[in-house]
Amino acid sequence: MIEILAVFLPLVGAALAGVIVFMPQADKHKQHKMDTLAQWITCTGLVLSAICAIILFKDVALDGNARVTELFTWIDSGSLEVSWALRVDQLTSVMMIVVTGVSAMVHIYSCGYMHHDKSIPRFMSYLSLFTYFMLMLITSDNLVQLFFGWEGVGLASYLLIGFWYDRPSANSAAIKAFVVNRVGDFGFALGIFATFMLFDTVNLDTIFEAVPGKADATLNVFGGEFHALTVCCLLLFVGAMGKSAQLGLHTWLPDAMEGPTPVSALIHAATMVTAGIFMVARLSPMFEYSEVALTVVTIVGASTCIFAATIGCVQNDIKRVIAYSTCSQLGYMFFACGVSAYSAGIFHLMTHGFFKALLFLGAGSVIHAMSDEQDMRKMGGIWKHIKVTYILMWIGSLALAGIPPFAGFYSKDIVLEAAWGAHTGVGQYAFWLGITAAFLTAFYSWRLLIMTFHGTPRADETTMAHVHESPMVMVLPLVVLAAGACLAGVLAYDLMVGHHMAEFWGKSIVVLEHHKAMENAHHVPLWVKLLPLVVGVAGIAMAYVFYMFAPGIPGAIAARFQGIYQFLLNKWYFDELYDKVFVKPSFYLGRNLWKTGDGTLIDGLGPDGVSAAVKNIARRASALQTGYLYHYAFAMLAGIVVLVTWYLLTKAG
Amino acid sequence: MDWPILSLVTFLPLVGVVLIAFIPADNPENSRRVALWVSGGTFIVSLLIWFNFDRTTAAMQFVEEAAWMPMAGIAYRVGIDGISMLFVLLTTLLTPLCILASWESIKVRVKEYMIAFLILETFMVGMFVALDLFLFYIFFEAVLIPMFIIIGVWGGPRRIYASFKMFLYTLLGSVLMLLAMLAMYFDAGTTDITKLLVHDFPTALEPWLWLAFFASFAIKMPMWPVHTWLPDAHVEAPTAGSVILAGVLLKFGGYGFLRFSLPMFPEASVMFTPLIYTLSIIAVIYTSLVALAQEDMKKLIAYSSVAHMGFVTIGAFTMTVQGVEGAIYQMLSHGVVSAALFLIVGVVYDREHSREITHYGGLVERMPVYGITFMLFMLASVGLPGTGGFVGEFLVLLGAFQANSWVAALAATGVILGAVYMLYLYRRIIFGKLTKEHLSKILDMDKREIAVFAPLVVITLWMGIYPSSFLDVMHVSVENLLKHVETALAAAGHTNLAGR
Repeated sequence: MIEILAVFLPLVGAALAGVIVFMPQADKHKQHKMDTLAQWITCTGLVLSAICAIILFKDVALDGNARVTELFTWIDSGSLEVSWALRVDQLTSVMMIVVTGVSAMVHIYSCGYMHHDKSIPRFMSYLSLFTYFMLMLITSDNLVQLFFGWEGVGLASYLLIGFWYDRPSANSAAIKAFVVNRVGDFGFALGIFATFMLFDTVNLDTIFEAVPGKADATLNVFGGEFHALTVCCLLLFVGAMGKSAQLGLHTWLPDAMEGPTPVSALIHAATMVTAGIFMVARLSPMFEYSEVALTVVTIVGASTCIFAATIGCVQNDIKRVIAYSTCSQLGYMFFACGVSAYSAGIFHLMTHGFFKALLFLGAGSVIHAMSDEQDMRKMGGIWKHIKVTYILMWIGSLALAGIPPFAGFYSKDIVLEAAWGAHTGVGQYAFWLGITAAFLTAFYSWRLLIMTFHGTPRADETTMAHVHESPMVMVLPLVVLAAGACLAGVLAYDLMVGHHMAEFWGKSIVVLEHHKAMENAHHVPLWVKLLPLVVGVAGIAMAYVFYMFAPGIPGAIAARFQGIYQFLLNKWYFDELYDKVFVKPSFYLGRNLWKTGDGTLIDGLGPDGVSAAVKNIARRASALQTGYLYHYAFAMLAGIVVLVTWYLLTKAG
Repeated sequence: MDWPILSLVTFLPLVGVVLIAFIPADNPENSRRVALWVSGGTFIVSLLIWFNFDRTTAAMQFVEEAAWMPMAGIAYRVGIDGISMLFVLLTTLLTPLCILASWESIKVRVKEYMIAFLILETFMVGMFVALDLFLFYIFFEAVLIPMFIIIGVWGGPRRIYASFKMFLYTLLGSVLMLLAMLAMYFDAGTTDITKLLVHDFPTALEPWLWLAFFASFAIKMPMWPVHTWLPDAHVEAPTAGSVILAGVLLKFGGYGFLRFSLPMFPEASVMFTPLIYTLSIIAVIYTSLVALAQEDMKKLIAYSSVAHMGFVTIGAFTMTVQGVEGAIYQMLSHGVVSAALFLIVGVVYDREHSREITHYGGLVERMPVYGITFMLFMLASVGLPGTGGFVGEFLVLLGAFQANSWVAALAATGVILGAVYMLYLYRRIIFGKLTKEHLSKILDMDKREIAVFAPLVVITLWMGIYPSSFLDVMHVSVENLLKHVETALAAAGHTNLAGR
């Protein structure tokens, strides 16, 4: 019952706020009242949902009462049976805490941040709708409902990125996010089909029970005989790559920053983008049996983590820096899953949810203070004016850079230690790229801090005069998230990744006997333990040198290595490449198939051609009928002559 | 039920025709009302079919039979099973909505328009319930006449070209079908469809019969490359004409494949499955790309219809339970969703008399109710889970993957492209700043228009959230169909189904 409340309260809130959207008031005062009502409804819904999530966490994760609540049949066709069901186990309950907790904070924060917006009820409705879909995603007990939540959050993301619908850039970004995710979902859907082909069910429990028996099964697809579970896992992973913005399918995430900042915090940092990691962890019983799939997950994750970090170092938009940082951190989570350290991946997911939401909302607070300026080159010297935000951003950055005792220290360390502990080639690949990315992470975090808050003010005077601390309704959620960023690591470490973690996770995460990364992670050499911290501190130090003590250096380096700088600044030219390879040709093809294919060829040879030919013959036939008597008489005579001649000839012959 | 409900539903609209015939032409309001009441009444009567339908049997239900031309064995035979039942309801639902949608947009010859629509309804329902080959053929072809008139009289500037193109295309197909039907009659000695369903046609004859039916159904579907009549017909047709065209007429082909081609010519169906797959995949990808380039809203939706129908043919010929049920479901949901999308176009066309996409932009500022309604159907069209559009596509692709994974993968790219052209369309019409002067006074949907959309909204969500209501109806019939096909193939020496 309580899980039904937790999941559907946000939907009810979204629906009620949605009704308010369609009751616009001409009177400003009355409209303000309606706005406040929508805010109260949605925030209450979310806070209640978060309380339910906490109760569930106690019941399910701490007391071990994992369960599935069936609602009703969804799709039933032949041997395919899909139900709407809420599955709450340990993994789900952890995710629920993150989702409802961050979402509740973002809801409250939005009441302040969106204060001046003209469509407050619509915004609140979208936020709650998103939360509902996300909860459906993490509570699904079958692949199809997972897909429902998956596309549902995609829709909410589309709506929220394009929230300011009168901006062309926001509209483009929204469509891009939806379509790129659709590419991922294409793989996801094929993955579901392959899984159904193999197991004849899409129900998670049934699949998981059958997996060991199918460990060596093969599947005859795409004209070949392949290891069945590898096919399933790789296809499903394409979906995860889309949602979690991994290398190749990442291009939508930075553009998604067109949406209001609370959206970036909720969807594009803490929750939706982590759905891919959740999926891999959720399907750990399947992924465990495919070494190939695990290897791919590790390589993609590790490559993304370094790729995105390099771009993060040169971006100037404060939100884009954090967006690339998110992309990079998601890479960490993936390679943790790839080396079978799912618990470490989820642990990092949780801590990251708190400190990244904090960073985004903090950035929002800065943008709010700077009269909607997002370019860090036009900031600087404002720390004295917004001290609370400044401190909170420090906490978030310390956690992100992995400095003890902040949350990121615990989770990033265990992820890197697990990569080392895997004792495999790809594990080493992930470890060393992860270490390098950790250095870059610390560097761009402090680059952001220094450029935003320190140095001489680069904004104009009116903006500077206007710089002010955010209201309580915005600061308070930040403080809550900051508490999470400080404490989530130390409090949950033993529970989630400690020596007794198996008891905590129960059956929700499966790791095969011979995958010992997590076990080994607790027995790595001292230098492996210390290295992430050392590079983190080095990164911070370098940022200070580059941007505070010797600010000429970055420019000099950029000028010296112009090619590399441009390459990074243009985000490895992915957008340009896709535009050339996919977007432009599609429109070109569409136009030509229409004009030439349909027009000239099909219609030309078909109906239009035939009717033209018929007309032509008819015209010629009618041309024979001149109406002159002597023409007809002549024709008759000629005919008689021919007939007589023919008769004579045949007679004679 | 011991009273002839199917005949009642079929011919009730004709009662309306008689009534309207007595209304003076200078009183269009009364013609509208009578048409609405009669078609609405027909819908309510047809609901009795839904409530009394036995979901546990594959046999034909509500069967009626009356001698007609006894010397030729031709009789008036009607009846429905799980495959045809929902199409009857779809028809009776859409007709009153069409009449309501034409309330203000049709201003000339209202009386004749309403008569044409009611006659059209009789023919469409008759086509779905006919159980006699001859009767089926009559209804199947007769539908063309009112449709031809609706486009030709109340259509746009190029209506003559469009209606003739449609007429010629479909006529070409039906001539071949008629020949095949004669051959069937001479071989089986009966025109009773229930008997023909179990008749074993000679192996040598099957491919020819199959091809003849294919010619007709492929044009009706329409399948690539005989689809070019559809965009023209849609563009020129009045809104309600497009709704019926997309909502019901496009289902004739799919229904025909399931009623005739698969069960009567199973061997030929297996033989030609690669052809169907190829044409369908081309349809999905080709028309999706073409839709991307459209500048006319109606044309864009027309092309998207061709793509959606590609899924239907794929599903039907996978010969899996999911594929066939998905195909039927896709037809039903497309019937609702594309009908709604054409009505959506109609709403702004009535106000602005333009279908050009560039004529619009930023409508959400002044038309929020329109915006959210359009949004819902746009999402249903791209197959978002939770809407009716998802279930059909999902089942079709799931079935297709079992039969041939390449087919599923290629067809699934249509789902990506579908998102592109629909979102792009929506953006250009609804989003952005409202800067165009002529739109500055445009009004949101009124009560009548909301009343037209409300049932479609409910059904679209219902079909997405609780599809079992509809799938339950077809289970037994579809299983029976597939079992029949399998037995026939086994008897003919096929050890396994095509591609599996």
